[in-house]
Amino acid sequence: MWKKESQRAAFAEALVELGNTRKDVVVLTADLSSSVKTNKFAEKFPEHHFNVGISEQNMMSIAAGLAASGSTVFASTFAVFATSRVYDQIRQSIAWPKLNVNIVATHAGITVGGDGASHQMLEDIALMCSLPNMTVIVPSDALETKKAVISVVDYNGPTYIRLGRGDVPTITKENDSFKIGKATIMKEGKDVTLIGTGIMVSQCLLAAEKLEKENIDASVINMSTVKPIDEKVIIKHATKTGAVVTAEEHNIIGGLGSTVSTVLSENVPVPMKRVGIPDVFGESGNSDELMEKYGLTSENIVKAAHGVMKKKGSR
Amino acid sequence: MCFPRILGKPSGFSVAARRKPSFGFLRQTGKHKVFSCEAFLFLLEKEKGCDEKGYYSKNTLHLGCASLRNNEIKTLEEKAGIIRKHIIEMIYNASSGHPGGSLSAADIFTALYFNVMRHDPKNPKWEDRDRFILSKGHAAPALYAALAEAGYFPVEELLTLRKLGSRLQGHPDMRKLPGVEASTGSEGQGLSIGIGMALHAKLNRKAYRVYVMIGDGENDCGQIWEAAMSGAHFKTDNLTVILDRNGLQLDGTTNQIMGIEPLADKWKSFGWKVIEINGHNFREILNGIEHAKKIKGKPTIIIAHTTKGKGVSFMEGAVSFHGKPPNKEEYEQAMKELG
Repeated sequence: MWKKESQRAAFAEALVELGNTRKDVVVLTADLSSSVKTNKFAEKFPEHHFNVGISEQNMMSIAAGLAASGSTVFASTFAVFATSRVYDQIRQSIAWPKLNVNIVATHAGITVGGDGASHQMLEDIALMCSLPNMTVIVPSDALETKKAVISVVDYNGPTYIRLGRGDVPTITKENDSFKIGKATIMKEGKDVTLIGTGIMVSQCLLAAEKLEKENIDASVINMSTVKPIDEKVIIKHATKTGAVVTAEEHNIIGGLGSTVSTVLSENVPVPMKRVGIPDVFGESGNSDELMEKYGLTSENIVKAAHGVMKKKGSR
Repeated sequence: MCFPRILGKPSGFSVAARRKPSFGFLRQTGKHKVFSCEAFLFLLEKEKGCDEKGYYSKNTLHLGCASLRNNEIKTLEEKAGIIRKHIIEMIYNASSGHPGGSLSAADIFTALYFNVMRHDPKNPKWEDRDRFILSKGHAAPALYAALAEAGYFPVEELLTLRKLGSRLQGHPDMRKLPGVEASTGSEGQGLSIGIGMALHAKLNRKAYRVYVMIGDGENDCGQIWEAAMSGAHFKTDNLTVILDRNGLQLDGTTNQIMGIEPLADKWKSFGWKVIEINGHNFREILNGIEHAKKIKGKPTIIIAHTTKGKGVSFMEGAVSFHGKPPNKEEYEQAMKELG
């Protein structure tokens, strides 16, 4: 039903577009240019592309030095190497001084597949959200990825953009607007609110279709920025529907679910349920099998919706 | 007059070389003029503006302060003394801070901010300024004292060090204090930041130079060696590292805690030009830095041999004063010794 496209290819396309118009853009990678696709940028703008070898800590601090001098920097590697491996460098060199470094992490989440737990980063949203000054963007598809990459260059402060490895369903449209910090309402409903981020937005849409067959009218929200989170939209839809389900390809601790639950408990304490990785490390397998095994499915979202709707009355 | 040399414009850069050097000698060897002095032999490209007797006119050679007169050296030494007193007063007043590694680097700070660097305290964000990054962020008191003496902010503000609401944070915060180029404090990151700044200069055809001060204990950090490799790889010859080799770190001597020798050989093998100097001798500091400017195609590291706690007898070589403030008696004794 949906066309599947690569977020990494969209990132590469956006970088080349930026390279044509912005001379201040500099791109760094750590021996993964062909995997994260910054090689496309490197072919056209070799002077503006630095491959630092397998030295991610060095890369993040070099990025800070470039940004402190006025460059607009993209530093890209796999999500595992872009966050937990370099947390201190991001904290000290980038986030504390609020420098314009944009970290684009590819191969995030369980859908990395065969590489297994060592490469399946499921804690990155939590790590990045806990840093003051950091903005965390999780685009739902390739189109949104391109828009996100282009919009961060004029954004003040560091950003973290989380992308997956495989092709993902294109669920947004070319002319849909994208704004950092703004959620997109994919579907208006009155019975339950499904909030997804990244590839789980498409699963929320599928879940909403299934619920519709049971005469359950669900709102679907694409939370493409996890921090700062769009509180207004959450409060509005939670108030209207009285029940919330979140869905993310991330540990249920510290990611979208945790953030939404904080907003809810402080403002509209309605029943809610988090769908995500149940606080475990991943394993090898193909992405569909892994999504299934770890419950990142529309069926699981439907089940969660039933659960929270049942609790509505007991408030 | 070479001091103070805080210049607003790069055009004034070689002002120091306007007269015959007061020590050393000049001779002609083929197309080069050779200037030899106490510690170094400089091979200088013959340029127009240099007459047969070796007198240099303005804008000829970046001879820097190789030709400093004794009284100019004395002025730098006096400035370093003032900076040392600030360091002791600040740390005593804050009841916390790192005196040892601040005092060991005080002469290097003085040389950089009062002779070497092109910078403008009235315009801290001047695009073409030389950059200094204090990778060993715990020596912040020395940096702050140099910045205040140079005119970045009032000297009186030094006593707010580590106090609530102060711009003088325990470790340097580039967003708070003018003149601070990088936020540092977590060891091992400043060199990579400096390489980023050096790459920016090359990419944008800027003439500024980048100076990074690292501690010897920082050589324990893996990231220093990642940065060392990439500095050589990217040929950041517009970057000079000054290593404050005071031989001590928090837990003991650098030899006891983690053997980093042979340090010079390590850096050489990583593709760097290595210069070793006495970090308390201004002629050696300035000559070393001038020499580094002339090295092309690779970055330079100056291993400055220093004494931790330099200038205060009971702090000299004392591990205990790495991160401990002086008590009242010690404070009074230190101020007396520093004159």
